[in-house]
Amino acid sequence: MPDSTVIGLHHEDEHHPELLHHFADAQQQRDSASLGMWVFLATEVMFFGGLFCAYLVYRHWYFPDFAAASKSIDATLGATNTAVLICSSLTVVLAVWAAQTARRTLLIVSLILTMLLGMAFLGIKGIEYREKFVEHHVPGASFSFDKVQVPGHPDQYANPHHAQIFFSLYFVMTGLHALHMIIGLGIFLWLLIMAWKGRFTPEWHTPVEIGGLYWHFVDIVWIYLFPLLYLIDRHP
Amino acid sequence: MPNPIPQPAMPQPAIAPPVERENYLNAKYGVWSWLLTTDHKRIALLYLLSITFFFFIGGFFALLIRLELLTPAGDLVQADTYNKLFTMHGMVMVFFFLIPSIPAVLGNFLVPMMIGAKDLAFPRINLLSWYLYIIGGVMMLHCMLTGGVDTGWTFYAPFSTNFTNTKIVEAGLAIFVAGFSSILTGLNFVVTIHRMRAPGMTWSRLPLFIWAHYATSIIQLLGTPVVAVTIVLVAAERALHLGIFDPKLGGDPLLFQHLFWFYSHPAVYIMILPSMGVVTEIIACFSRKRIFGYSFVAFSSIAIAVFGFLVWAHHMFVAGMSVYAALVFSLLSYAVAVPSAIKVFNWTATLYKGSIHYDAPMLYAFGFLGLFTIGGLTGLFLSALGINVHVTDTYFVVAHFHYIMVGGAVMGYLGGMHFWWPKISGKLYPEGWARLAALIVFIGFNLTFFPQFLLGYMGMPRRYYDYSHMPEFQILNVLSTAGATVLGVGYLLPMVYFLWSMRYGKPAPDNPWNAAGLEWKTPSPPPTFNFDEEPVVTWEAYNYDELDSPDKGAPHKEEVPVAR
Repeated sequence: MPDSTVIGLHHEDEHHPELLHHFADAQQQRDSASLGMWVFLATEVMFFGGLFCAYLVYRHWYFPDFAAASKSIDATLGATNTAVLICSSLTVVLAVWAAQTARRTLLIVSLILTMLLGMAFLGIKGIEYREKFVEHHVPGASFSFDKVQVPGHPDQYANPHHAQIFFSLYFVMTGLHALHMIIGLGIFLWLLIMAWKGRFTPEWHTPVEIGGLYWHFVDIVWIYLFPLLYLIDRHP
Repeated sequence: MPNPIPQPAMPQPAIAPPVERENYLNAKYGVWSWLLTTDHKRIALLYLLSITFFFFIGGFFALLIRLELLTPAGDLVQADTYNKLFTMHGMVMVFFFLIPSIPAVLGNFLVPMMIGAKDLAFPRINLLSWYLYIIGGVMMLHCMLTGGVDTGWTFYAPFSTNFTNTKIVEAGLAIFVAGFSSILTGLNFVVTIHRMRAPGMTWSRLPLFIWAHYATSIIQLLGTPVVAVTIVLVAAERALHLGIFDPKLGGDPLLFQHLFWFYSHPAVYIMILPSMGVVTEIIACFSRKRIFGYSFVAFSSIAIAVFGFLVWAHHMFVAGMSVYAALVFSLLSYAVAVPSAIKVFNWTATLYKGSIHYDAPMLYAFGFLGLFTIGGLTGLFLSALGINVHVTDTYFVVAHFHYIMVGGAVMGYLGGMHFWWPKISGKLYPEGWARLAALIVFIGFNLTFFPQFLLGYMGMPRRYYDYSHMPEFQILNVLSTAGATVLGVGYLLPMVYFLWSMRYGKPAPDNPWNAAGLEWKTPSPPPTFNFDEEPVVTWEAYNYDELDSPDKGAPHKEEVPVAR
């Protein structure tokens, strides 16, 4: 069913139904959408950049406390999540390729896999948050980080105030990242519906491409967050 | 009022078609045709209405501030009320008037037309950005009506995070939402300028208005997210007492200032760069000359955007940061003066031996030139560490940034509104009244803010509602309040005659100023898709020499000296 529509559109590039009135041709429309997403991602870099800046300042000031606080989060869960996201990047690439080459089934499967991996990430994140909640490591009135040794300095306890700053940044940064994941899932749900209806063709699949760009960006943010938050000063 | 610029002998034989031709204003009727429009010109008008509304709200706060300072005693309002007045004045004027002013109104209207496009690249995102602005604006209004904020528009931590009981989070969220409106406008402009230019419209043929908006958009895109995330941190800090900005808990209030000013200093360039673009267009047109040093003016816009990101800490010289850092920031702040001066010198060189016409837009451009120069030079005073320490938090600073933001940005905005009003509305405004208003604004502005330089230099601190221990400051404050009243009249006048002209004004010809630029090669008001046929550009920008040469049917050479 999808293949016939795909081929039908193949010969009428200029009159493509998805070509909006104010663009001269499909190429211009595609380039605009793609540049728009890249520019948006630049703003996202700055959005997270402010937080990275705050993180770097405090990590420099309070290194031992940050190391101790970092050690209390589960690096295995973090590493698993890293692997999950890297796999999801692969499925996104597959989805884009499938859209380019008119493989509707592969496109739908890849989109679903991506969403499943995304939800797995959020689930694991939830387990991690729950652990922090149980351990009273969530900043606020019930926060407690007493008598926690600084890694490599058995005689030294971490300053709870400084550890609280670490956890604040941890929750704000991973929380905003998770919010981006949720938005990404929404985008991918929409892509899935569109793919199901057979709307994407080799000529017009810009949403898959720029949705994929967004997803890769969110992955990359995690690639930075993981070592910064989980691996500050770990020794086997 | 007859137009003093000689009109070219119009080649088309028809005087005026009996039926009004279809344009973007009469293409559709009804509220929804406006609220759901994706036409950049209609969205520009939506913005025009909304920012005018906020301009008068902000102006009302300013009026109350000036009335309070009429007498040394704090007799009109309470101290708390006064704190809220100047805070809300700043927040409304900065985030809901100045930042959207020229880009969202004139930029929205003109960027696609100047580059020969049918619309911005993302018309629906453009509409979304207006809705975000309105949502932010409604939140801000709600915040004002339910108590307001008293921290100053800078909401410095830890006062904003730990102490004040006013509506910080609500105001912060309003600014957060409006910030995304600003980001989306910038995004739309960058993509449009890159991808939507008409055939032949190369980068070196772009009007400098476009270059200015390109530079502005870069700042909006790279600066605004940082203040957005800072607001997130302030809200989290207020809700949970995280300690990020609280020195008691090991946090650093200076970090807040760094993050805040990283956006809020470049934000000044968001306000002034579009104004510079407007003034460039006006000066070239009313001097009938190619702009002097096109590429210098173009790249100085980019340079201002780049340097603008490297100077933020000059707001923090007395905040307790390292003196070595202060030295570097002082030096870099001087560096911003270089591209700004390049612009001023190039405008002046354009005027030199031009055949200058003193129409209302040009009067505003002249006002801009003088006031921006004063504002910029006093900026150098403030970049110098020694003087900065002396005048920090005095009226000198207040006067300085009002010379830039009001004397610069608002002058440019009004100049641009007059220049393009015939295109926007299809009607001519009354030129005599407009010149009078320009004069009133100029006089009122200087009367308001020049005394504040003196007050600040003499030591009057800003944000005080009561100066009864220094009554010698009263005379200058009275002058300033009187000036503000004059200024208020100057601002009301254009609103009145613009509205008047929409109904009673003479129909505007397509190119009333005989100006260069694609936006003048289409009917006034333009059709929905801007051009009846896609333009192809074969000429350089500001080809006034060609427009005015006699063999092109342009104004007669002998008429030009008469107009000088």
